[in-house]
Amino acid sequence: MVTIKELPKEEYLLKGNTACAGCGAAISLRLLFKALGNKVILVVPACCTSVIPGPFPYTSFAVPVQNILFEATGATASGVVAALRQRGIKDVTVVGWAGDGGTFDIGIQALSGAAERGTDFIYICYDNEAYGNTGVQRSGATPYGAWTTTTPSGKKERKKRITMIMAAHRIPYVATACPSYPMDFINKLRKAKEMKGTKFIHILSPCPTGWRYDTSKTIEIGRLVVQTGIWVLFEIENGKFKLNPPSNGLVDKAKRKPVREYLKLQGRFRNLTESDIEKIQRMVDEDWEQYRKMMNQSV
Amino acid sequence: MEKTVIDTANHIAAYAAKAARVQVVAAYPITPQTSIVERIAELVENGELSAEYIRVESEHSAMSACIGAAAGGVRTFTATSSHGLALMHEALHWASGSRLPIVMVVVNRALGPGWNIWADLTDSISQRDTGWIQFYCADNQEVFDTIIQAYKLCENEQVLLPAMICLEGFILSHTYMPVKIPDQEKIDEFLPPYKPKWFLDINNPLSHGNIVTPDWYMDFRYMMYEAMENAKKLIPEIDKEYGRQFGFEHGELVDKYKCEDADLILLTMGTIGSEAKVAVDNLRREGLKIGSARIRVFRPFPTEEIRKLAENTQMFTVIDRAASLGMEGPLATETKASLYNQEDKPLIAGFIAGLGGRDVTFKTVEKIAKKSLEWMKKGKVEKETSWVDVRD
Repeated sequence: MVTIKELPKEEYLLKGNTACAGCGAAISLRLLFKALGNKVILVVPACCTSVIPGPFPYTSFAVPVQNILFEATGATASGVVAALRQRGIKDVTVVGWAGDGGTFDIGIQALSGAAERGTDFIYICYDNEAYGNTGVQRSGATPYGAWTTTTPSGKKERKKRITMIMAAHRIPYVATACPSYPMDFINKLRKAKEMKGTKFIHILSPCPTGWRYDTSKTIEIGRLVVQTGIWVLFEIENGKFKLNPPSNGLVDKAKRKPVREYLKLQGRFRNLTESDIEKIQRMVDEDWEQYRKMMNQSV
Repeated sequence: MEKTVIDTANHIAAYAAKAARVQVVAAYPITPQTSIVERIAELVENGELSAEYIRVESEHSAMSACIGAAAGGVRTFTATSSHGLALMHEALHWASGSRLPIVMVVVNRALGPGWNIWADLTDSISQRDTGWIQFYCADNQEVFDTIIQAYKLCENEQVLLPAMICLEGFILSHTYMPVKIPDQEKIDEFLPPYKPKWFLDINNPLSHGNIVTPDWYMDFRYMMYEAMENAKKLIPEIDKEYGRQFGFEHGELVDKYKCEDADLILLTMGTIGSEAKVAVDNLRREGLKIGSARIRVFRPFPTEEIRKLAENTQMFTVIDRAASLGMEGPLATETKASLYNQEDKPLIAGFIAGLGGRDVTFKTVEKIAKKSLEWMKKGKVEKETSWVDVRD
């Protein structure tokens, strides 16, 4: 476990990038490089991170980046990994860095293929629960009730449990994270780096632009989503499920803040009725019943 | 030592990939391409080919993995056909725009519905504008030689584009023919290891494929256009160099046969070109001055060679094993476009034949030639596009 004082000073996400103010993904990228250093090759599909570097001839990344088609991250990363092996390069980590659309929806096939083949890479889904780059349309990761431009009266369906789908691939490491808990994310990345095979990390990445909240509140929103138990920090290491702090202290419902506190800060939930909020609370509580049963179990 | 093997074009393609010492193969099976990737799997597992073989879950992923591997700086190979190629379409653009010298065998097959696994060039012709160099082969020796030559061409810094080597399903893919395979050392001399101009390198961190604004995009496209023009010059040089070293030349951009004094020249692609040569010999025995010009390279299109051929002949008859529905045969269109600004143009008649694997033999070609000669005598092409042997 590394502490914040031990983190490197070097920055590999450079200044002058074009991320929105308060962008959870930009914070997460910075943390990614704090954890892994610069011996990293990023594979990035169409997503907000295709815009963050700025246009040619500029880039805000001080590591090599292969931009690729929306649905192709898993496959392209497999190609990069194979090329590194052929070149005898062993000290470079390949990281697939994709949004929720490129992971839950259009990219799930290539991701599944790469995981089934045991491709030796870290796949990170930074999930802002909508197609942010195209102007906030609904994705398979959008939660129940959320406004998007294609669900103007709120999404009627629930968010896909992508971590469980990935765990079903029997890959060595599946974990969740959130930029509001940087050391948790960094330590998970460092653990993933040392493991062989496909490692999947799912970040909930607060998005002021899409979620309609003030850009200064990203970290607060990220804390609240964990404290309310809507987002749960856990890891599944070699099939074994484990809750991480602070989520491991939230099994008792009384310890969790009401979901309302998280929802009320965001414009995307403005149209929720009282009964909608109660329904979301019930959903979260039911999920926790499952997490309680899964604790320290093989899943 | 040079050796002669008797095998199918698909197996020959696998041996060519091995001879080219490809480093990454990413492929997905589809009839009638399968025996290429099966043979490569055997070659990798028995240690004859020390490549990474990525068994992807779709053709889109096959090309996407090839892009990752080629961007990683290694020599990359794949093969597909028909619907597989259609599924790859988006990634084909990304490969060429990324200037990656990927070589892919396309076993030409019809697109459904209904399901049809037989020869038809519509699959690769539909990829005309993807920025890929396209070769079309007429026999198994040409398949082997063209794959080796394609790597030399594509990896040339003046080109840096991907290439598809097209061969017709079953007619070549599953037909045994004798093929001379040159000595590996000599192939290594002809095709040295791939030295990428750039690759994903942590010591030189570049972002590949970033956003490009209107201020730059068109210039990148123009560079690709120039690369195609460069390829047009290099293909004949490489073909000749290969011929000098290994004894096989395949006719540079256009494989010409008895065209010098021909009144009528048959323009074809792929194996119909072989049938056309037989037809030419038969018709010449009847005293008819016919020639054959088989277009080996469809992109870049051999406009200058077509113009040169047009100078001394009265008529072109174009036979397409593909149809652009709503227009005509694609080779017919390109041929006409090449000649529009020329002063003395020959008559041009288009024939569409052999779609979905229907046989086109020398007899079919002779029938087409005789019909054309009738029109030539009248000085008028009575039908712009004729579909050969279709039901009324």
